[in-house]
Amino acid sequence: MLKFILRRILIMIPQLFLLSVLIFLLAKAMPGDALTGQLAANPKMDPKTLAEMKEKLGLNDPVHIQYIRWVKNMLHGDLGLSYTHQQPVTDLLAGRIGNTVLLSAAILILTYLIAIPLGIVSGRWTDTWADKLIIGYSYIGFATPLFIFALIMLFIFGFHLGWFPTGGSVDVQVEEGTLAYYLSKLNHLMLPALSGALINTVITIQYLRSEIVDTKVKDFVKTARAKGVPERHIYWRHILRNSFLPIAAFLGYEITGLIGGSVFLESIYSYPGLGQLFLQSIMQRDYSVVTALVMISGLATLVGTLLSDIILSAVDPRIRIE
Amino acid sequence: MKAEISGPTPVGANIEKSPSAFSIMWREVVRDRLALGSLIILGILLAIVYGVSLFLDQEEIVKVDFLSIYSPPSAEHWLGTDYGGRDVFGQLIIGARNSFTIGLAITLITGLIGLTIGLIAGYFGGWIDNVIMRVIDFILVLPFLMLVIVFVAIVPKYNVLTFILIMSAFLWTGKARLIRAKTLAERELDYVSASKTLGTPDWKIIIFQILPNLSSIIIVNLTLNLAGNIGIESGLTYLGFGLPESTPSLGTLVSYATNPDVLQNKWWVWLPASLLILVMMLCINFIGQALKRAADARQRLG
Repeated sequence: MLKFILRRILIMIPQLFLLSVLIFLLAKAMPGDALTGQLAANPKMDPKTLAEMKEKLGLNDPVHIQYIRWVKNMLHGDLGLSYTHQQPVTDLLAGRIGNTVLLSAAILILTYLIAIPLGIVSGRWTDTWADKLIIGYSYIGFATPLFIFALIMLFIFGFHLGWFPTGGSVDVQVEEGTLAYYLSKLNHLMLPALSGALINTVITIQYLRSEIVDTKVKDFVKTARAKGVPERHIYWRHILRNSFLPIAAFLGYEITGLIGGSVFLESIYSYPGLGQLFLQSIMQRDYSVVTALVMISGLATLVGTLLSDIILSAVDPRIRIE
Repeated sequence: MKAEISGPTPVGANIEKSPSAFSIMWREVVRDRLALGSLIILGILLAIVYGVSLFLDQEEIVKVDFLSIYSPPSAEHWLGTDYGGRDVFGQLIIGARNSFTIGLAITLITGLIGLTIGLIAGYFGGWIDNVIMRVIDFILVLPFLMLVIVFVAIVPKYNVLTFILIMSAFLWTGKARLIRAKTLAERELDYVSASKTLGTPDWKIIIFQILPNLSSIIIVNLTLNLAGNIGIESGLTYLGFGLPESTPSLGTLVSYATNPDVLQNKWWVWLPASLLILVMMLCINFIGQALKRAADARQRLG
């Protein structure tokens, strides 16, 4: 097992290197460099000082030296300066990351809260009307694009019925730290999180259903039944224990989807998180922020996949790579 | 199939042939009422979209008319007009045509790349397979949506063709992985070994023997991907990083809903396009699910 984990981490190193090279090259291809931000703050800068600063910042060095310096800075937490916000990218991200993590966590929790009961009902009582209804929902949810669903949810529950706020992450009037503040945060979170979860959950429902359908005809279940184990225990202790672990392990793979989803959800519900910041920055050509965000997302995806692979192989030794 | 027990079957005797993959698929779609209905609706929709768009002038549609901004649906403008006084119905037809055509183009290109690379990796194995799989693993862990947006933003001379190429560069990997896995299983079978022993060249085995056996899986995968690609394209266009403004897509109409006033009070601008995307994707998915069952003998309806 330890050998597998080491092997798996070793595979990640070249991926990490390639990812950083790709993003560095993209950053180089973007118009503007580290000085553009300072130039915007101080447009009357002398061309001579500019050239000196360029030399000092090493923008005239060969590409590989610039790459090494870029990686070094990143490891020290220096992601450059935002050109529109006139503050270090690290500070900018720190103010936003909480909201995105909160939204993603809420989506994940709701995803499982919806998927587990529906998956169990559908897998245990196959071909009943409940099962057909759930399958119908999962087909429709699978086909519906997230951004359309989120827009329609906002239209119906935000504007038409007025049950939920239509934008932002918290009311401006409430004081930070009070109960009202947290309630307002939760209230703003509900609609985007539900929209994400109702679409995200269908794959887990389908997986859980087919897993239960496959497992419930296996010999060990028949044996348990023959021994007289009550039906409830058969499901909870024998069948579901086998299906829950892989689902829990898929958590890491979900990160890619959550990052993509947050771009749409945060833009539709004007929710101030990293996804919204990404779109704003790319439209304002604030490329140091864009680069940092892509790098962070890539890193999160890599680590997520790593964790899922490790958990899955711990659960199921058949899938260990040799 | 009828098995003749007594004696060897004479050559040319009337043996019932096992049905071809296509006739099995067709039968499955017809048996499944939902899939058949979807096929008919999709057929009618596409006929209308491609038919009417022949009579519409894209230049005329995207021309701004400030005298009729945001007019609600009427006899003149069936679905009203948008913020530039442009006819929404016309934009809907042109947008649906563009979205579908581009979704199809991306599906076919990624299908071709995925098929070629998957067949090569699966058939030859060894270091070729290793290298290809590492590349695929790498592309699969990239934050796809963000990178596409970055590419779209920095590519000089951005147009429809570059959009298709950017999308295809990322989306072939899933298919290649699927085809490789199936080819890997297929090449161990006796008919491949037999052909190899007879000295059939590799490319002939791949194209004329393995490929036909993968056809049903490929068709299922392409169908489901077509729906997905239309969704991704319109989603990116919605965000402003899809098709350029000169080629309106269904996502362009939906993106007008980023203005809360339009979303709240001018449903005719964004709702028809949203529903059209939804209906198209549902229909294609239902057809795809029926085809998927056809490809798996255990799940067929009959």
